[in-house]
Amino acid sequence: MGQILDYIKSYLSSSQTPGAAGNMFWVLVYILLVFAGLSVAVIAMNWLERKILAHMQVRLGPMRVGPHGLMQPIADAIKLLLKEDIMPAEADGLIFWVAPFVVVLAAFTTFVVVPFGPTHAITDMNIGILFMLGVSSLSVLGIVMAGWASNSHYPLIGALRSSAQMVSYEVAMGLAVVSAILMTSLNAEGTGTLSMIGIVQAQLAQGEWFIFKFFPLGLIAFFIFAVAMVAETNRAPFDLAEAESELTAGFHTEYSGFRWSLFFLAEYSAMIAVSSIAVTLWLGGWLRPFPNFLNNSTWDLVFSLFPGVTFLLFAAMCFYNALRMPKHPLFRVQTIGLAGFGVVLGLIGLVLFIPAVSVRIQDIFWFSAKVAGFMYLYIWYRGTFPRYRFDQLMRMGWKVLLPMGLGVLILTASVALLQQKLWHQ
Amino acid sequence: MAPVATPFFFYLLSGIMLIGGILVITRKNPVHSALALIVTLLAQASIYLMLYAPFVAGVQIILYAGGIMVLFLFVIMLVSIDRSMRERQFNSQWIPGIIAATALGGLFMAVFTKGNDIFPEHALPMVENDNTQQIAMKLYGQYMFAFEIASLLLLVAIIGAVVMAKKRI
Repeated sequence: MGQILDYIKSYLSSSQTPGAAGNMFWVLVYILLVFAGLSVAVIAMNWLERKILAHMQVRLGPMRVGPHGLMQPIADAIKLLLKEDIMPAEADGLIFWVAPFVVVLAAFTTFVVVPFGPTHAITDMNIGILFMLGVSSLSVLGIVMAGWASNSHYPLIGALRSSAQMVSYEVAMGLAVVSAILMTSLNAEGTGTLSMIGIVQAQLAQGEWFIFKFFPLGLIAFFIFAVAMVAETNRAPFDLAEAESELTAGFHTEYSGFRWSLFFLAEYSAMIAVSSIAVTLWLGGWLRPFPNFLNNSTWDLVFSLFPGVTFLLFAAMCFYNALRMPKHPLFRVQTIGLAGFGVVLGLIGLVLFIPAVSVRIQDIFWFSAKVAGFMYLYIWYRGTFPRYRFDQLMRMGWKVLLPMGLGVLILTASVALLQQKLWHQ
Repeated sequence: MAPVATPFFFYLLSGIMLIGGILVITRKNPVHSALALIVTLLAQASIYLMLYAPFVAGVQIILYAGGIMVLFLFVIMLVSIDRSMRERQFNSQWIPGIIAATALGGLFMAVFTKGNDIFPEHALPMVENDNTQQIAMKLYGQYMFAFEIASLLLLVAIIGAVVMAKKRI
């Protein structure tokens, strides 16, 4: 027993990721934490997307289940689990059954290397970013499997569109990623890295986020990635694979109930995964704003207050809206519920003010905040951009983004070489 | 860090690879064959990981995920699955098959029994931490010329495909 406790404690004093330290217990804990956090994030995204889209279109969105529809995702989840699971008679049974799991596995496995902080990652791989791109590209296989196995026209067309789109945009995406990885090699010692943690540490060492490096080259590479990642996750305005006005629901038309919800889960976790790639490569990952410039104990203290203050703001919003609730007796339960939710958020905020907690939680907070920004952008795109036509999509990928990516890569390499030459003189 | 390259994983992955490989040639439906192929290739990528070659493993996943995708599309677009289901799977050429199998099996047996004498004894260096960098140094330093020639060859293939596919460019 004592031996086991020592094994568990031995990780706490190390400054590595649990995977690198080889401590199976903490690896398991981290996997469960990431899995739970991801599920909560997907549920929150579901509610936020419906609410924000509704407000963009001057609607109210879900209002019935819980105060301001806060319980709507839970009601949806229960509905989906209780629904009948239908399999078309002519479908290819095994492939139809496996396809959603392939998509979910591909989306979740990428999170093995996502660095939420210098030590807050499940593991740090030498090939981190390559692993993420490779595993996330497996998800298209699941989509094609689903579309083909349904043995139906709309899903097949959706799957073919999705595969053509992913293959085209992966090229531009790869070029943008390579130009960011090139920047990691401009350290003093001169070797680059593919490890996700190494990339963020390179940004810390060079004193700037890669989005600002060699302005505007970093920014253009980031832009290419930001466009390609929306196409890669099949989201509006690139959602031709599930264009509901043309293909019913695209590749998952024949799916229902639990299996459909797996596709839903996979789509949102893939969005979070590609956003965290963008955050890691260009936006400094877990680094707080100005880690080198505003580097003294006062600013450290100021920035460590951010997580708690954010939660207190959320709590204040809850209380404000609880006060604005209609005073009718029928709304009493909802008002109390909203105030209770506010109290929970406020308590979380207060816990985050404890120095011991805020030191450990800070990296995770900044990383999640940056990713949340991308999530909002996704919803914003969906609310404002009309869907591309397929030939426009292909022209964008091959004739605009790919040449831009090549140009940025060549220019980045040249500028880096020039800088290196000047450095050594 | 404790090595993960235990015999258990080796046998597990090789088993998956063998089963996948057999399924590739015995399935009548070409789509099932393509999927069995990707299972085989993923297990192979894991074996590369076990051998401390993460870069090769990552590249294998990226390339073959895309490659199998294209194969999948070819099957959907070019092969009539109804007809291929009714076709005879094997052409019963027993004698050449047996000769080839015994030759290959003999080679394997020879390597297995006499391998220690033929190959120099060499402990596997655990260079996991700078594996990618090592490959880059070799590829862009020592083997630069071969690498560039290969990329030129691919460029010719791409241009050829475009020329053949499009009448008016």
